[in-house]
Parts: sequence; structure tokens; C-alpha cells
Amino acid sequence: MLTSVPPETRETSAPAAFLNAKAAWRWPEYLFWLSAFALILLLPNRHLLMNEIAILGLFALSLDLILGYAGIVSLGHAAFFGVGAYAAGLLTKYGVTEPVTGLLISGALAGAAGFLASFMILRGTDLTRLMVTLGVALIFHEIANRLDWITGGTDGLLGVAPSAILGRFEFDFTGRTAYVYSLSVTFLLFLAARRIVNSPFGLSLKALKDNRLRAATIGIAPNRRLIAIYTLAAVYAGMAGALLTQTTQFVSLEVLDFSRSADALLVLVIGGSGYLYGGLIGAIAFKLMKDTLSAMTPAYWIFWMGFILVILVLIGRDRLVAGIARPFAPLLRLIGGRRP
Amino acid sequence: MLTILFDGIAYGMLLFVMAAGLAVTLGLMNFVNLAHGAFAMAGGYATVVLMTRFGVPFLACLPLAFLFSAALGLVFERTLYVRMYERSHLDQVLFSIGLVFMAIAAADYLMGSSQQNIQLPSYLQGRITVAGVGIGVYRLFLVVICGLMALGLQLILARTRFGSQLRAAVDDRRVARGLGIPVGTVFAITFAFGSGLAGLGGALSAEIVGLDPGFPLKFMLYFLIVVTVGGTSSLTGPLLAALLLGVADVMGKYLVPQLGAFIIYAMMLAVLMIRPQGLFARGR
Amino acid sequence: MTPALQTDGLGKSFGAFKANSEISLTVAQGARHALIGPNGAGKTTFINLLTGVLPPSAGTIHLNGEDISRVSQQGRVRRGMARTYQINQLFPDLTPLETVSLAIAERQGTGARFWSRVGSDSAVIDEAEALLTRMQLGAMMTRRTNTLPYGKQRLLEIALAMACKPKLLLLDEPAAGVPEDERHDVLDSVAALPENVTVLLIEHDMELVFSFADRISVLVQGMLFAEGPVDEIAGDPRVKAVYLGEDAHV
Repeated sequence: MLTSVPPETRETSAPAAFLNAKAAWRWPEYLFWLSAFALILLLPNRHLLMNEIAILGLFALSLDLILGYAGIVSLGHAAFFGVGAYAAGLLTKYGVTEPVTGLLISGALAGAAGFLASFMILRGTDLTRLMVTLGVALIFHEIANRLDWITGGTDGLLGVAPSAILGRFEFDFTGRTAYVYSLSVTFLLFLAARRIVNSPFGLSLKALKDNRLRAATIGIAPNRRLIAIYTLAAVYAGMAGALLTQTTQFVSLEVLDFSRSADALLVLVIGGSGYLYGGLIGAIAFKLMKDTLSAMTPAYWIFWMGFILVILVLIGRDRLVAGIARPFAPLLRLIGGRRP
Repeated sequence: MLTILFDGIAYGMLLFVMAAGLAVTLGLMNFVNLAHGAFAMAGGYATVVLMTRFGVPFLACLPLAFLFSAALGLVFERTLYVRMYERSHLDQVLFSIGLVFMAIAAADYLMGSSQQNIQLPSYLQGRITVAGVGIGVYRLFLVVICGLMALGLQLILARTRFGSQLRAAVDDRRVARGLGIPVGTVFAITFAFGSGLAGLGGALSAEIVGLDPGFPLKFMLYFLIVVTVGGTSSLTGPLLAALLLGVADVMGKYLVPQLGAFIIYAMMLAVLMIRPQGLFARGR
Repeated sequence: MTPALQTDGLGKSFGAFKANSEISLTVAQGARHALIGPNGAGKTTFINLLTGVLPPSAGTIHLNGEDISRVSQQGRVRRGMARTYQINQLFPDLTPLETVSLAIAERQGTGARFWSRVGSDSAVIDEAEALLTRMQLGAMMTRRTNTLPYGKQRLLEIALAMACKPKLLLLDEPAAGVPEDERHDVLDSVAALPENVTVLLIEHDMELVFSFADRISVLVQGMLFAEGPVDEIAGDPRVKAVYLGEDAHV
């Protein structure tokens, strides 16, 4: 984690040193998080936008866990975001107003949904998985829509008023508390994710993604690993949803929209997948682009979104990013980004 | 009751015609094209424009809608899709979703966001009673047209030289190439033809489901259900799946409206759980 | 002594086509047993049956006396059966060190740990280092697998199987596709495999079979056609007729 590696009792061998170096923190990572926290003071009037970025970043990070590390293509990751968002809203409305408690329960509920759904993605091809993930999200959308006496249906759930975080920090109008809260949660979850992907479990996921057949013949049981990571990703997505509800004090059917799943995919296409920072960097780029382009042509953001997807895929993200980010290439490499 | 069943069959036939192209693209080229609905939408809008602006009669619009979408499909296949065949499924998914979004925005920009309806000619309106069952004339028209299409497709695939080339290319692209079959051309023609069928379906469906810019996204799932539930090894599977889907959807909406689209989704998940290769696919 | 591997009447049909039928093969403990046969003889199907990729249509498989006919792929690995592939099945984005560590950690039951670093388990790392050094991969263990020369990748195939500490090792054409200048490395490594590991070699290359095996079984059209010590099989005119005769590089 952040602290330096405890001194080993024995001399570390060269291979162990190599593996440790691969998982070690590099200076751009410190810089990234320091800047993110410094923005609390530096950009006091953009806290609302930054809050949204942190939440989207966390959501994309959760998709990266299954896409970038386990190779599961999902068109319906919003399902778990939505479960978390509605859980947080309902909890707040009906008594559990303390945000952190609500966040944990919402994450657990989303995780439970993810656990159940994970059994459906174990079999079949890419295409069936695509359909199953999409279908699950649609079912959740339909449930939320039909249960309008609980969820508020298309009008949304009103009267979500969270109390002070941990009983001490009240939400304010400038969004400062919201940003600090979302960023802290995202940071802590990122730390956990970083630890997990660098563990033997994380390594076995990469192996499963690279070559599932061989992974099975060296004794790795693929299903359990996939269930575990899918559940974890659902917890993360659920917490991102809960953060959105708590910081905006509102939740509507939008949290389950197909476009939310697509947003997360686009964020990963922009930021790159399989090194954890892709979701976070992509979220920044995505939100800034969306802000600028929507300001230019308000109704046609969706066109630009499609355009960016098509261009990125057609030309190849790596080549395009290499062009734009050449000055930053060493930086990206240091935090583990794929070499263009 | 039987009227509803008939409506469902008509709707299912319509879905089949729209999705047939996708079944072939997926089965033949193993290409995940989520933007198939955009070509259907193009056909629908072409019909709307032709009828309202230029006063072209409905029946004459149908072949034109086919040609319009086919031409559009051909252009896109040759310029864009052809670059995506060898890519990963993830890339294909992202690419075609991108196209869907652009199509939605373009339709919104050109045609406005409100729902477009077309005025059917009077001889296709109203209903007749056959053996005590009330049947909408237009529904009957749909069943006949789409049935003929399905039959025609089957014949093309089974009997013509092009069909056998296509089936050879389905089985093994490399071997087909080795036999001197122009796989690229076969793909392009198939893609264009599939898009054309989607366009025709779009034109026919405008009266039943209405037409708005969200069309490609709304029907993306329906098409995918037809193809995945039906399996891609033949056209019979998708046909049966489309009929099943149409009937279930229409019946569900009439009989248990409070469940909405729930039945369809649940059915799809159940099928995919039990038979990931598709309900009607031959076991491999 | 219980044989390392014993199949009784093992068969596999795909519809009307019998890919394998009535195969009763016994491999003694510590043996160097080779299975040869012309293309399409059913060697791949046989391996898939042994490793549990395919369920048998008939017959049983015993590994060290235990019936494993219905055991899962991973279960067979845990019971001491490992295999290599004729076409490399590696993890292109991982390093050999990570690749081998995975298998070792899995065997030791630490493969699912999610809160410790890969590099912190010194028991795993040390074993991986020793194994890779023995397999002549020591100098390349921290390079990405897909950047290794082909011969080294073939060695990693074997190293990965050995990382599972098998009692029975199935080698599927270990030297296939290896360029001439790297061939010796592979042959040496195969020859240097520990004696307590039973090896079943599925091979096309007669030079390798004759230098390595002490017993040979011949598979023809899905059935066992002949079996015996190397000299006997090499001198068997029937075997020559169906197999050796058609093969140029004898």
C-alpha cells in the first residue's frame, strides 16, 4: 500500500524483486492522487463537476475489473450501479441517513445482485455474455420502472436527504463535501483494487483472460475466479451508484439506462483498460469533452459520443493516444499503461 | 384471443425480416453488428419522406426502402465494416454502438425527435373476419409479404449458386477462398442484402411500432434475441425465434400489461442459460 | 505395482464416427512411453479423453489406481496429471516467471490469495526460479512470453506442465515447429525430465521417439494397432506398412 514494503527477514531474490517492482508505486501515481486531492482547494467552484468525474471514474474502474482483467465484455454494467443508487436512495429515505453506512449496505446489495448474475456469464460465447449482461440491466430497468410506488418510476425518487457523513461532515451547496467524500471513497476502493490485481488472484485473472483453456489445465478453476471478480466489480459499481444518489440527493431511472453502461465502455476506450488508471483518466477526459461538446451543440452530444467511439476503434486507441499523448507517454508507461 | 395470436405472428414475421440480415452477418462473418437496427430505421424514414414529401404510393415505397437501405449498407460495408471483420468482438461492439449513436443523432437532426407515422392506403386498412376471427388487413398483408420473403431467402440459400457460395464461406472462410469463391464480394452483397431487408422491415413496421430516432437502440435487443435464441446455423432457427418473440411480446402486452417487457427479457435469459448456442441450433 | 495410467476399453464417438474405440493402454510407473500414429489416427481425441476435455463414450481411465473417468480437468491436474500442447498454449502477456508461479501457487493452494503481492510468496518464487533455470529459461524469465524465441516458448510449455509437479506428464509433440538450431535445447530438456515422472509422449518425430521412449504404442484409425518395446515396433513390418512407410523422415 502507501507505506513502503516492510523489510523482509531474508534477502529478496532477483525474481521476487522483479515482481515487487512491477507492483510498486511510481511517482506519477503519487502525483495523480495528490493533484486530485489538491483540487479540493485549487478549484473551489468546480466541485460538482469533479464529484461527477470521481463517481464516473469509480464506475469505469469497476467495469475495468471485469473487462480489463477478466476479459468479460458487458453491455449492462449499469445494472449494479442502479441497484446501488436505488438502495442508497431508499435507505436514506427510510431511516438510514448516515451516508457511509448507506454506502456499505448499498455496495453489499449490489454485490449480491452481481453474485447472482455472475452465474449467467460463466457459459457461452462473447455474444451470449453480451446478451445476458444487457438483458440483466434491462430487467432491472423494467423492475425499477414497474415498482414506481417504491422507486418513483420515471419521476425519480424524491426526498433523499442524507445526514452528515459519519455524523460530522454536512453536505454543502458548493459540492465541496460531496467531492471530498466521493474522491475519498474512490481512492480507498482504488487502493483495494490495486492490491487485488497485484495479488496471485489478480495474476490468475490475467491468465484466464489470456488463455482460459491453459489456465484450466494448470489447475485454475475459472468459474470461481470469475464469480469473485464479477461480484467485486458489482460492489464497486453499486458504491459508485450510491455515491451519486447521496451527493445529488436524487435518483431516477437514468441510473439504469443503457447509455450509462455505454458511457463506462467509452470511458475505458478513451482511457485504456487493464491498468486501473484507464477508468479514472478516461472519466476526466470524457466529462471535459462532454461539457465542451454539449455546450457547442446541446442536443447532439450523443452524436459526438458515437463519433469518438467509431474513430477510436477504427484508428485504434493505441495509435491515436500515442499521437495525442506522446509528450506524456513516459508518464503513462510509469503508471503501467500499455505501451502504444 | 386468436386475433392477438395472429397479431403476434405478424409481428414475429416482421421481426424476422428485419433480423434476417443480422443472422447472416453474425453467422457468416462472426461479426457483432449492433447497428443493424439503424439500417431498418433508414428504410423507415425513407418511406416516410417518400410518402409525405413526394407522394409516392406506399407499395412503391417498399422496394425503394429496400434499395435505399441496401445501398447504404453496401457503402458502409465497403468503407467501414470491412476493416472490422478481423477485430475482436469488443472492438466490433464498440464500433457498432458508436454507429448507433451517430445514427440516432443524425435521425434526430434530419427528421426531428417526434414520432413519425405513415398513412396506409385505404385498401390495407380495416379488418376482415375469417372463420370468426377478426384479422387486420395490414397484419395479413405483413404475414403474406414476410412469409414470401422468408421462403425466398430459404430458396436463395438452398438452391442458387450464390447461396452455396455463401454457405461454403460460412463453413470455412479460408477454404472457400481457396476454392476461388470471392469471399469479399459475397460478404458485401450479403451485407447489403441484409441491410436492404432490414430497411424493408423498417418501412413495413413504421405503421405498427412508429418511427423515432431511438428505433435502432429499442430494436437492437429484439434483433439480438432473434439471432441468439434462434442460433445462427440456419434461417429456420431465427424464424421460429422471431415468431416466438413476436407472439410472446404481443400476448404479454395484451394479457399482462403490468409485466411489460419483463416476460421477453426473462425468457431470453432462461434460454441463454439453458442453451447458450441458441434454442434451435444444432448441437455442436 | 499399480500402473501410472491405465485405460480400459476407452472410446469416443461423434455421432456415427468413432474417433477412439476400445483403447486399453497401460503405462507403467516411471515409464517413457510413446504413442505414435498417422495423422487422423485419433491421438488428439485420446489426449482430450485422458485430460478430461471430452467425456468418454465408453470405458474407464485409472490414474495411479484411481478411477478418474468422471473427474474434472482441474481435478485431474490436482491428482497429478499434466500436459503440454502441440501448439503453444501459453499466456502471451505474462512473463515465464509469472506463468510458472501461477501453476505452483495453484498447486500449493495459495493461488486465490487476493491480499498479498505475487512477489511476496518466497516459497513459490524460489521454486519457480529453480524450475525455470533447470529448463534453460533462467535468463529470460522476466521477459514477456510472446517476445521469447519459439524454442524457448516450447520449453516454457514443458516447464509449465512440470510446475504442476505431475506424476504423469503428457507431452504432445514437444518439438513440433521448433527451428533446427533450437531443437537440441528441447530434446535435452525432454531427456532430462526427472525419472520419477511417468511420461507419455505423443509424437510424430521418429528420431525423438526412438531416442526417448522405451515402449511404443501405435494408434491407427482410433484403435490400438500394436504395442511393444522400441526394437520390436521398429522392426514390425505391419507398423512399417501403415505408418513408418508413409513417413519420409524415418
